[in-house]
Amino acid sequence: MSLVFVRGWGAVSPAGWGAASLVQALEAGVGLATNELVRPGWQKTMRVRSVPKPQARPAFLAHPRLRRSSPVAHYTLAASIEAIGDDASRVADGSVRLGVVFCVMSGCVQYSRRFFDEVLRDPSTASPLVFPETVFNAPASHLSAFLGSSSENYTVVGDSTAFVHGLEIAAHWLGEGRVDGCLVVAAEELDWLTADAFRHFSRSVTCAEGAGAVYLAAAPANSTTVELDAVTDGIPFTDRVSVGDAIRLSAAGLPAAKANELLVDGLRGAARLDRAEVVAWRDWQGPRVSPKSILGEALTASAAWQCVAACESVSSGKHPAARVSVVGPNAQAIAARFKSSRTSS
Amino acid sequence: MERGSKLLQLAAHEAWHQSGWKRHGRIPIVLGTTSAGMGLGEAYFRHAITRPGSQCRQPTRVTYYQPQQHAIDLADAFEFSGPTTIIANACASGANAVGHGWELVRNGRADRVLVGGYDGLSQLVFAGFDSLQALSGTTCRPFDATRNGLALGEGSAVLCLESRDEAIARGALVLGEIIGYGAATDCHHLTQPHPEGNAAIMSMDRACAVARVRPDQIDYVNAHGTGTPLNDSAEASAINRWAGDSVSRCRVSSTKASIGHLLGAAGAVETVICLMTLQEQWLPPETGVEQVDPLCRFDLVRIPQDARVETVLTNSFGFGGANASLVLRRHG
Repeated sequence: MSLVFVRGWGAVSPAGWGAASLVQALEAGVGLATNELVRPGWQKTMRVRSVPKPQARPAFLAHPRLRRSSPVAHYTLAASIEAIGDDASRVADGSVRLGVVFCVMSGCVQYSRRFFDEVLRDPSTASPLVFPETVFNAPASHLSAFLGSSSENYTVVGDSTAFVHGLEIAAHWLGEGRVDGCLVVAAEELDWLTADAFRHFSRSVTCAEGAGAVYLAAAPANSTTVELDAVTDGIPFTDRVSVGDAIRLSAAGLPAAKANELLVDGLRGAARLDRAEVVAWRDWQGPRVSPKSILGEALTASAAWQCVAACESVSSGKHPAARVSVVGPNAQAIAARFKSSRTSS
Repeated sequence: MERGSKLLQLAAHEAWHQSGWKRHGRIPIVLGTTSAGMGLGEAYFRHAITRPGSQCRQPTRVTYYQPQQHAIDLADAFEFSGPTTIIANACASGANAVGHGWELVRNGRADRVLVGGYDGLSQLVFAGFDSLQALSGTTCRPFDATRNGLALGEGSAVLCLESRDEAIARGALVLGEIIGYGAATDCHHLTQPHPEGNAAIMSMDRACAVARVRPDQIDYVNAHGTGTPLNDSAEASAINRWAGDSVSRCRVSSTKASIGHLLGAAGAVETVICLMTLQEQWLPPETGVEQVDPLCRFDLVRIPQDARVETVLTNSFGFGGANASLVLRRHG
């Protein structure tokens, strides 16, 4: 992989709008409070961790494209705008060719459910305003439109590992000189339908929502920065490769760890689901943090939060490097490493 | 198995056996789709609201709704393993998947890549396009002056990509060569293209730049050509400007008039149609056109015809401003 620098990051999570609130929650180390989600047909509610309302209406909602957009698009925009920072104006004036890799697992589920519900009631009155927002790449499209970028824009669908895979796609676009910067963003929104679906596989996982974004570029912004050091192949779970083997194989693809290197793992605090990852990393002697156990399970967005936490820890100087282990709920395992990079510029 | 996934498996079976590939350690999979296993998603929702206390078959529906599971099923069926990329760029997904997979081979990141696109028809998607009044009430006739909409279809195409040298070394039947891929984003509107097709021009220009060919060297363009008034006028404008002085010699057709709009599968299926034109040296016609839109300054192919075809370009555009173009060349 050619040199790829992390120029910024952003997050929207149950801890609040902004990476700072996410970091604060991780440092506190206590699982965030849950709220109740009503599931039609049930008297009992489902416990989830929702994103709190923003303190002020986000300015980007004034853009015509965002007027009817879904929460997943709002989270995407907020995390991305935080990540790209001042470079947003350079995209708009054409001096930065910006790629977008948007990663998602369940997508615009609120609008999809709403639209299909309308279809079942009476297809002739189903809303043409809602349908376009159900398409997987609607948030990515809004993001490029908001920033004024006509460069490459991929929406990558997959399990939680899609975000880390998205980093690899961005790194190659940068390496080939096709873009000057690339936003890799993952977002998910809560709905009773997804919480209900997750419940079939585990009742001890708390579903969450939000977004995380990392802004990558081939050049560093300042003398001390964070470098994307490595991304492994996604190792699929198959009849021949167990989940544990996939985690071990992906971890083995990373460079050797330094002293005081941080492990940002994907443990959720659910013993049965976590077992393979616990076993795979049992020999890890260094510090570790488990964002999902504090913030909840938000699929691709959780993986993005893991990477944001890794970047924060390296940037702050607390750790010289951080490795991220992402284990998807059903498809594959993948890993990435971020390290401190001191340059002469 | 979900309908779209079945179509994918059938296409992959044909491609795998045609390629002569055997078991192989690492083969990345790159697939394009717009709605994956939507039929199962619909069934899940219906069950969840009508029988909220029942879990019967719901976990299976969740699992097989997801496109990553469809990719895993492919790998299991043909006994290989590799990283999976699912691109969901609306109706450009299939072309993006072919292009992305081609780049993996071209850049030496994989020896072989299995690429393709797939989508099965579903109630939600049909009702969605109907709600937008995008469906033709008569017949789909792209680039016709009186066109009034598209015809939805379903399907899948899968291609086995490998480097030219490796294919020749193992004596494989090479069906054609991908030599260029370009993508661009149209920021104009979520569902409507820029009236002059600015991003379409960018994606065609980028694909031709990578392929190192000029527009006048393209023997045939398989247009996105959905049959909707806005898409076709934007694409016609784009082709006119892109081809420049050679536009009158530029032969174009949209095969969606015959097979419908296959959404996430369209780009991959139309890549296969381009390979057929290169192999068999003919041009696929566009059926149903009665009165060519005067905006079309290019040669709209309306009857099947033999032709010398060395280099072709295929366009795929989608909601969200996803634009992708591929350039293919005859092998040999």
